[in-house]
Amino acid sequence: MPSRAALSALSEAAAVTAGVSLRRVQDGKRIITLATIGFVVVVLMQILFDAGLQPYGFENWRPILYAYVLWGIALGFGLVRMRGAAGHRALFVLPAVLFTVAMVIFPTFFGLYIAFTDWNLSSFEGRRFSGLKNLYALFADPYYRNALANMVFYVLMVLPQYAIAFGLALLLNADIRARKFFRVAFLLPFMLSPVAVSWMIGKSLMEYRFGPVAKLMREIGWDNPAFFTSPWIAKFSIAVMDAWVWIPFIMIMLLAGLQALPKELSEAAKVDGASKWQAFWQITFPLMLPVSVTAIVLRIIFQLKLADIVINVTSGGPGGATDTVSSFIFREYRDRSNVGYGTMLAEFYLIIIIIFITLLLHWVSRWMRKMH
Amino acid sequence: MATQARTLGASHYPTRIIIYGLLILWAFICLFPIYWTFSTSFKNAVNVTQGHLIPWMDFVPDWKGWRSVGLSPDTIGQTSTAREEFLKRFENSVIASLSASALAVIIGSSAAYGLSRFSYRFGPMRNKDISFFFLAQLILPPVVLAMPFLVLYKELALLDTRIGLILLYTLMVLPIVIWIMRDQFDTIPLELEQAALVDGCSVWSAFLRIVLPIALPGMVAAFILSVILCWNEYFFAALLTSTNAKTLPVMVASQTGSQGINWWSMAALSAAAITPLIVIGIFLERYIVKGLTAGSVK
Repeated sequence: MPSRAALSALSEAAAVTAGVSLRRVQDGKRIITLATIGFVVVVLMQILFDAGLQPYGFENWRPILYAYVLWGIALGFGLVRMRGAAGHRALFVLPAVLFTVAMVIFPTFFGLYIAFTDWNLSSFEGRRFSGLKNLYALFADPYYRNALANMVFYVLMVLPQYAIAFGLALLLNADIRARKFFRVAFLLPFMLSPVAVSWMIGKSLMEYRFGPVAKLMREIGWDNPAFFTSPWIAKFSIAVMDAWVWIPFIMIMLLAGLQALPKELSEAAKVDGASKWQAFWQITFPLMLPVSVTAIVLRIIFQLKLADIVINVTSGGPGGATDTVSSFIFREYRDRSNVGYGTMLAEFYLIIIIIFITLLLHWVSRWMRKMH
Repeated sequence: MATQARTLGASHYPTRIIIYGLLILWAFICLFPIYWTFSTSFKNAVNVTQGHLIPWMDFVPDWKGWRSVGLSPDTIGQTSTAREEFLKRFENSVIASLSASALAVIIGSSAAYGLSRFSYRFGPMRNKDISFFFLAQLILPPVVLAMPFLVLYKELALLDTRIGLILLYTLMVLPIVIWIMRDQFDTIPLELEQAALVDGCSVWSAFLRIVLPIALPGMVAAFILSVILCWNEYFFAALLTSTNAKTLPVMVASQTGSQGINWWSMAALSAAAITPLIVIGIFLERYIVKGLTAGSVK
């Protein structure tokens, strides 16, 4: 059975025949060192220029981006010179790593710095270091706490979505005609942009005066079908739209799980005379647990980013009842251009999410082990 | 497909009726908003307020909505600022989502291949940690990156440029691409490359000439899923673009905000924005399902 190690060894052998001489190693080291020194010098020059301490520099920081790309290329080149086949192998992950470091790690830490400044983009004063002031403001902010509480509601709403999605997956897995049609129809909502959905459903179908859904509700007997004026109804309306978009995602994963189940199991249950209800709870559902857990965890992760629909339908209203953390921060920036405070809110949210997801994964894996 | 296991035996007649009833009900729930959007784009004010639903039966279709974006048959030949605006946004969306997806598939596939085939050590990080490092980006909410990027892009002169958007979108879909592609490469037997390596191929030519053609369906799935996600992205686009690089979702959103809602033109705009996705959904559904289910079922 060939393995990763064997494959590595094999390409290593190829490299030995190609010959990685001492000179090549030194060449490689020289290239990397030179490139790094060059990059650091350019960055330092630009920092000093920006601070007004020396007269030579670029008009904006874009050339630094090019310098980073060049440095990355030199690093890859140097690694190949230095390590031969191992360098070639490193080239596979290097671009993705450098890209992610530049686009996530650096901005996140930069964000931490912004979070401790008082920085209003619309004021002329520019940024001022303000220490923990933003953090105190955060703890005193009732709207932020309210948004966090709403996130708990939205995350819990994943469970009904899961239940409906499971039902739909079972239906699609039954012996039906026109399966392809139903599968495509059920999948379509997931592909539509949340912004378009906001208009299509939130602002027209659920419109108070002549939206068809409002009309239907009047027929049924709800005299005043205002979906977005009272806090809890508004929350549920947003949850319904969100469910409309995301149920297909869970459904498709569960359907794939159902199709991978061995056929003999349900046959055996039938022979044993178990009712369909029993067969489902005792055989299908337990076997589907791993897929279900994956789907729910992924769904929760996406749910924590919920923003587009809220921004476009209610902009958080009435009175912040439908606000998510993301939509709240979005408005905090849009209305007040307060970058420092907004970033503090976002970074704090990130920490909460990381703790929550870590606990969730830990708890889920322990629970799964107990089940088996 | 036809021989798959069925958990619900549907031979029983009443059960059959219930199953089809539920299926049709849900299909109606999924399709009605889409139908509503397309039909409303052909209505005038009276038909909207009176809730007429079926064309030719209770209202006469009219090009009003499409005329307002300059896309009706009688305005298509004339110059129209509304259409130019729309096409510009459309072009931005197409370029941003296609380039970002292509870039993500290129660097994501090679990273996924490396992680699936070789053992790495970057300091204390092994393969498992590196994979986790990439996948962990999934939990990062856009709002955390949005503001630092606002400031950084301003310094880099990338605010309101397509390149800026493309970089961010690439970042957004990269973990998903790596997830799908690693799953794909794991299913390809190692013997093929081993034979090539024994014959003296380098790792890169083995990857490009032997593995990639086999992994093509996975790449297509990853690419299509990425295109959909990028096409629909609103949050970054709303914060980081204004006049030049604004994308279609931002344009749709800005229309809802302003000047009371002009239903027929909103409907036409929404319809135009979702049509490409519906076409993709109908013809490439297989790949989307493949992408969504990668790695979840072993």
